Amino acid sequence: MSDSTDTGPVLAADGSPLKQSLARALRREKMRALALIAPLLLFVVLTFIIPILSMLFRSVENQIVSDTMPGTVAAIQDWEAGTGEAPDELVFQHLFIDLFNASEAKEHTKLGTRLNYEQTGLSSLFRTSGRRLDDIGETYQDPLEEIDPAFEEADFWYSMMNGEGGEGLLEERRDMWNAQIGGGMDGDVGFVPSSAMIDMLPWTTTAYTDWAIWAAIEDEDVVAEEEPWEAVYGALGMDLRNPETAAAIAAYDGPGAEQLQAAVANMDQLPQIGFREAFAEMDEDWLDPEVWDTIAVYSPRFTSGYFLTAVDLKLSAEGVTAQPEDRQLYIKLFNRTLFMSLVITGSCILLGYPVAWLLANLPLRTANVLMILVLLPFWTSLLVRTSAWKVLLQQQGVINEILVWLGFVDDANRLILMNNQTGTIIAMTHILLPFMILPLYSVMKTIDPSYLRAAKSLGATNFVAFWRVYFPQSVPGIGAGSILVFILSIGYYITPEIVGGTDGVFISNRIAYHISSSLNWGLAAALGSILLVVVLVLYWLYDRIVGIDNVKLGG
Amino acid sequence: MSALTVNVGRPSLLTFTMPIVAVLGGCFGFITGNIFGQPGLGFVIGALVGAVLAAALAKAPKLNRRKAAWGTAALFGLVGLVFGGVGGLIGGAVVGLSMGWFAVWIGSGQYRAGVPIYYTAGQTLWHNVFLFICAFVFFFLIAPLIPVMWLSFNAQNFFTFTPEMLAFKAEGYSLKHYRDFFSGGGHPLQGLLYGAVIGAVIGGLVQLLPNAERSVRKIVVFAIIGTLIGVVVGKMWGVSGAEWMTPLKNSLIIAPFATLISVSLGTLAAIGLSQTHVPGRQAIMAIMISPMIVPLIISATGMFFFYAPLGNWLQANLGLNQNFVGYLKVILAHAVLGVPFVIITVTATLVGFDKSLTRAAANMGANPVTTFFRVQMPLILPGVISGGLFAFITSFDEVVVVLFVGSAQQQTLPWQMFTGLREQISPTILAAATILVTISICLLTTVELLRRRSERLRGMSPG
Repeated sequence: MSDSTDTGPVLAADGSPLKQSLARALRREKMRALALIAPLLLFVVLTFIIPILSMLFRSVENQIVSDTMPGTVAAIQDWEAGTGEAPDELVFQHLFIDLFNASEAKEHTKLGTRLNYEQTGLSSLFRTSGRRLDDIGETYQDPLEEIDPAFEEADFWYSMMNGEGGEGLLEERRDMWNAQIGGGMDGDVGFVPSSAMIDMLPWTTTAYTDWAIWAAIEDEDVVAEEEPWEAVYGALGMDLRNPETAAAIAAYDGPGAEQLQAAVANMDQLPQIGFREAFAEMDEDWLDPEVWDTIAVYSPRFTSGYFLTAVDLKLSAEGVTAQPEDRQLYIKLFNRTLFMSLVITGSCILLGYPVAWLLANLPLRTANVLMILVLLPFWTSLLVRTSAWKVLLQQQGVINEILVWLGFVDDANRLILMNNQTGTIIAMTHILLPFMILPLYSVMKTIDPSYLRAAKSLGATNFVAFWRVYFPQSVPGIGAGSILVFILSIGYYITPEIVGGTDGVFISNRIAYHISSSLNWGLAAALGSILLVVVLVLYWLYDRIVGIDNVKLGG
Repeated sequence: MSALTVNVGRPSLLTFTMPIVAVLGGCFGFITGNIFGQPGLGFVIGALVGAVLAAALAKAPKLNRRKAAWGTAALFGLVGLVFGGVGGLIGGAVVGLSMGWFAVWIGSGQYRAGVPIYYTAGQTLWHNVFLFICAFVFFFLIAPLIPVMWLSFNAQNFFTFTPEMLAFKAEGYSLKHYRDFFSGGGHPLQGLLYGAVIGAVIGGLVQLLPNAERSVRKIVVFAIIGTLIGVVVGKMWGVSGAEWMTPLKNSLIIAPFATLISVSLGTLAAIGLSQTHVPGRQAIMAIMISPMIVPLIISATGMFFFYAPLGNWLQANLGLNQNFVGYLKVILAHAVLGVPFVIITVTATLVGFDKSLTRAAANMGANPVTTFFRVQMPLILPGVISGGLFAFITSFDEVVVVLFVGSAQQQTLPWQMFTGLREQISPTILAAATILVTISICLLTTVELLRRRSERLRGMSPG
């Protein structure tokens, strides 16, 4: 040491200071380690972590309402929910335009399905209304065409609507379509709304632009050669009913002025009722304030609604309320999942503890032979073990047959061991038992048997020696095994599905049902997120108690 | 220990052995009597038989438990045969076996063999009850698999035992479920020939590698492995639309590729993780273990939303075949699920790996790649293989993810079993289950052998 103080910093072989050289070597080693880890880390993050995060995102996502009915959602903001009155005419005018577009794009049924999760009946309301919107449009189209046959002609509409200065509106409506059908509406429309028309006939121009984009890009037609769809006539009806528009038309002298003035003059031939009444005639549910409460409550782009449903609450106009009795099932299901997982964990401890003790205290050779009896079920396919329990437990199954044959159970009153909680608990205890025995065994192996002998020689009885000396040392094993079994059982799907019937199913089965049958993916994601949080908390505990590095497989 | 055990002599016959054996006999008698609706009478007869048996076996000199048990089993079986045919023979033999064994075990004082001499009667009783409890748990672990194997030979299309099966009549048994399972296409014999030849050739070529050990045994081993693979590949060749062979084929396509991905990436990452300085090791470990921790249903849901659009994109933009994309999706999904098992087993093996060996190799002029393949790899190979087997069984046994990610063309064996169990269509499931149990016994044996070899290599265990 004293020599080096005279000669300055210690140098490495290549002449650079040792400290620097060591730091470089360390950095190189870190980089090499990271380079080895990187491919797998990237693979796991890309194909596992990100999919799970994006699934979690689905539990709050609610774009569909505002994407499908942008105008209605904007207009409904001024309406006060919970007043017991349906909104006014303006909202229904927007509804007509939005719903017409949606039904042309066949998106209205998806929206109906989405809202039906919150209020039963909305699915059919949207589906049937979507079909009948054409009729409302025709109640305007027919009289207009009678007033002047030019209303039937593609040229007439195109020359009146086409112009310049309306690029803003065109792009706005294109974005609306893109949001609604998920993109693909880019391209040349061959039409630009005229700014004069936007000022004079705002509804009509919007509806015509919507149609033009759809016709040009989705149907690949030429806008100037096609007659517009019924919504445009309905929109013209909306404009004509506005007194200011009538005045503006009187002063207008561009293309189509003559026909528009004729229409204004013959207003009495057009339907005399507004869109609110027209919707009410189509289906009186549209005047039901509850329908509008639901639409208003679920109009934001993100919602806590799925999470609330997952805990049997409901988002309504009055705030968060409880679900009606008959729809409360998730809290019950969560409780049942937790309860049954606890029972399974408990019975695994009861059955696993003696066996682990025996294995840990036998000579190694005998213990290895007996260990095979634990490992064989562990290695056997889950489906095999589940089918074994189905064979054993069913009413005509092996256990019942033996009991009947022995005369302990009457043939008419065979035990119901399957399709209920009993079946799930028995089968899952069997399936998860190795996961309890293996960690218990590895902890018990480390307990020195001389402690027990010492306790006894100091005068403890067998029970006291076990309870005060041995048991406390085996608690980490119980903790590790319990958390492992609990984590595994709480997310089980296959076994409850096959032997659980309706009473013995877990929350996972409900998630699977929502993914594959009811298609309520948002709710499935919310239920999954709650389950995931529970599991991660337990995993964190496991890490604190045992450490993930200490997970052992197969002894 | 046995040298230290003092021989306490035989317990009293009249006050101890006879009553206890009589109680056991009474219990058997009660159960047997119950079949004929006479449990009380059965109990009395059983108790008498038990007492007589205990006395008779106590008088016989120098009887060990095994001889006494088999003798009693033969006697009782004969009585059973007279009264109840083949079923009676089996039942009688089982009862006789347990009673004879029990009578000698109690009568000769062997029940105290496992406990110290100073134990009181109560402590001895508890010790033996404890052993019986453990025996019951082992029975609980293994017994459910037995009826499945037995029923898979059922001649009828039932999930339950037929009277013919219980009477052990030949017409009650058949291999028809196995025939159903294996029906459909394939050329196993051709596969066998090709496999054996290719295996032997590879075995020969391996010997030509520089520095390879030369032995005939290697050629034989390779030929046997080649034969096995050849039979399976030959059987699977060109199978389509078969009820069980197609799912088996899919499983055998998906599982090896998934294993290959998880083992190759996982081993590299485990080696990286075991270096001394890894920034954020805890976080990286947590991410890599997560596929094992996250409930399968959640993983499956996430993957469903991820792989469905990915598959469509691959088909539309890269023009890939729909079938190929389907397999790719399931393989990637299963590979992720297998990763934690590889990471855990390989890191566990690396804990015992002596780093000075790689330094020694480097000192002697080996480059990192040579060091890895010639020094590190052979030592951690057992861990890698058992991690791979875990990954394989994870994929081979997996239902939930494949249900969500795969399409009907990728139906795997567990999937087919799952639908079969839900709709209870045919007992061929039981044949499939038996075959899977056989496979898992083979895998278990392999893993156990590897584990012991690994411990021996690391000097951790004498066995």
